[in-house]
Amino acid sequence: MRSHPHRARYLALGTTALLAAALIAGCSSGGGSKPSSSGPIIIGTSLSLTGDFSTDGIAFEKGYELWVHDINAHGGIMGRKVQLDILNDNSSQTQVVTNYTDLINVKHVDLTFGPFSSLLTAPAAEVAHRYNFAFIEGAGGSPLVFGEKLPDVFDVALPVANELDPFVNWIKSLPASQRPTTAAYPMANDPFATPQVQLAQSELQPLGIKTLYSKIFPEEEPDYLPNADIVAGKKPQAVILGSVDVPTVAAFMKGFEEQHYNPKVFVAAAGPDQGSAFESAVGGPGNANGMMVPDAWYPGYPSATSQAMVNEYVAKYGGTASGVNADVAEAYSVGEVTAQAVEATHSLSGPKLIAYLHSGVTLTSVEGPVSFNSIGENVKAIAFIFQWQNGKFVQVLPTTATGSVPILYPKTNWSS
Amino acid sequence: MGTEIAHAIADGILGGGVYALMAAGLTLVFGVLDIINVAQGILVVLGAYLSYVLSVHLHIDLLVGLLITVPAMFVIGVGIYWLFIRTLRGAERTSMTLLACFAVALIIEGVLYREFGSNYVSLNAWYVNQSVHIFGFYLADIYLIGFGLAVAAVVVLYLILYRTTFGRAVRATMQNQTAARLIGIDVNRVAALTFGIGVAVTAIGGMVYGSITSFTPNSGYDLISRLLAIVILAGMGSIGGALAAAVFMTTIEALVDIWQPDWSIVVFYLAMVIVLTFRPQGLFGRHAVRAQ
Repeated sequence: MRSHPHRARYLALGTTALLAAALIAGCSSGGGSKPSSSGPIIIGTSLSLTGDFSTDGIAFEKGYELWVHDINAHGGIMGRKVQLDILNDNSSQTQVVTNYTDLINVKHVDLTFGPFSSLLTAPAAEVAHRYNFAFIEGAGGSPLVFGEKLPDVFDVALPVANELDPFVNWIKSLPASQRPTTAAYPMANDPFATPQVQLAQSELQPLGIKTLYSKIFPEEEPDYLPNADIVAGKKPQAVILGSVDVPTVAAFMKGFEEQHYNPKVFVAAAGPDQGSAFESAVGGPGNANGMMVPDAWYPGYPSATSQAMVNEYVAKYGGTASGVNADVAEAYSVGEVTAQAVEATHSLSGPKLIAYLHSGVTLTSVEGPVSFNSIGENVKAIAFIFQWQNGKFVQVLPTTATGSVPILYPKTNWSS
Repeated sequence: MGTEIAHAIADGILGGGVYALMAAGLTLVFGVLDIINVAQGILVVLGAYLSYVLSVHLHIDLLVGLLITVPAMFVIGVGIYWLFIRTLRGAERTSMTLLACFAVALIIEGVLYREFGSNYVSLNAWYVNQSVHIFGFYLADIYLIGFGLAVAAVVVLYLILYRTTFGRAVRATMQNQTAARLIGIDVNRVAALTFGIGVAVTAIGGMVYGSITSFTPNSGYDLISRLLAIVILAGMGSIGGALAAAVFMTTIEALVDIWQPDWSIVVFYLAMVIVLTFRPQGLFGRHAVRAQ
């Protein structure tokens, strides 16, 4: 879901790659994936194993591999084993186009899985569309992707624009005297971060919550201290941060602490969902306490298949359950949805899979139910808000949802 | 607004110190060896990881740990020069050293990924999240420490270059390697030691960098373009100029953050372009530096 801005230096190469891809497309017969055979089903994907998105890309790789291990342990799909062909895109929009063109047109994979981030999913989906492949993905939920209105895109995760809905609804449910009266909305210039924060701002302002700060900063800012200091100087009671990764939110938290400023409520679009990586980056559970983040899944998600996946992950990769981040579940869900669609249609044909996934059918995943609308948004995805409480990452919103615990509000002071 | 501007200027000046620490080695190596060390970003990250290991596994304070990481990075720097750069000669030397440094960066990144994984980590010490109240706002201790270390590093490097026999040999090598050889200077030794010193200083920059932000083995890529911009603006080879240029650019950036933060990076590089338009040799041009 998280993504990063364009890199100008790749534009020329990107144009060349697109032209090359177009030429290749013109020369090919198209029409989707190859007919099935008795060999393994090859699924091609491009992941950011290096570069800016590598933390998430590697987590995605583990999620995909875990699913392949499980599906093969249960006999594969349609009786055929599944095999992954993973190419590294180095977090580059240019390379991701080249990779999918290569996977489809040269390696002749049977199916494709999406890459990490909306920024890479958008151009990758166009390649898949050109070859009539169903493009099931778990990290391209921003308007940047859905705005293309491609019929082949299916995002199993929660659409990013709605991620903060439970938070906004909770604020609305508070008595006026308990609501924060002022808010700040610092946002990274990113298709994942800005839509949800801007939507939250548009809904909180009419409640009388005064906006003290609302600005977009470059996503690749190496030092957020000046931005954090400006926000801290305005002392808003609520901070809704459009962050894309751990360093962004960690830098703001650090800046706030240094300014002896502690908001009553602090929710970040991304970062606190990264499990132990977040906790260690912000200096331990004391600082993490009270930090909130929207997501559709967490390691304690109350579903049998989710728990089984978490246990398998820990057994295979080590660490603890709380250290399993949501990327793993998103990737795993992509595999689950794909398997169900292939089994239901008994086909690897792109057009057949696309028609099936657009039929309104509800599928299951470790993240919950999945059903797609005409542009590929998962309309059954459930938005949750999670919070760090005394070293544990717990679900707090919606308050009525199964598994939610009382929210920590106002948040405790730093390092307390 | 007045306080906000003053705070931004203070943040810019202190942030400039941190960048100067990271860029000092880059400009020193270029000034003496004509090597654009594109591995500088990953060397900063390596320095941060060394501090991380000492801090987390051996419980050695970050500042005290510099007594170990600086010599360690010096040895690493000499090793890199000896293994990858020393033998590169001839007309293609500049481009070959660029490729060699890039290869070194990839190797170090690969090793760091293998040892530490892709999760973000950060450096912690009791002073890392502390601040002092000055002029109506708080200034972070770690930035003050970083700025102090930057000034100290510049002074020490200046003393080495201008007050020691080794420094004279370095400056002779900077001006004319062939002539330096003719008067008996072991240019290879000077070059290796200079490369080592440049990398050693980076250990300090890495420690401060890791204290102000979380990092992964991949973080070096975000640094290198800024560090190159700073040393180009300073005038390649000028150590004091690197401090001045870093302060200049980060201060402008911090001021832009007040009104239009999405333009801050653009302004950062725009400032460099404007200065170079009127002063192509940079603020402290290379020829002037070598003539000192």
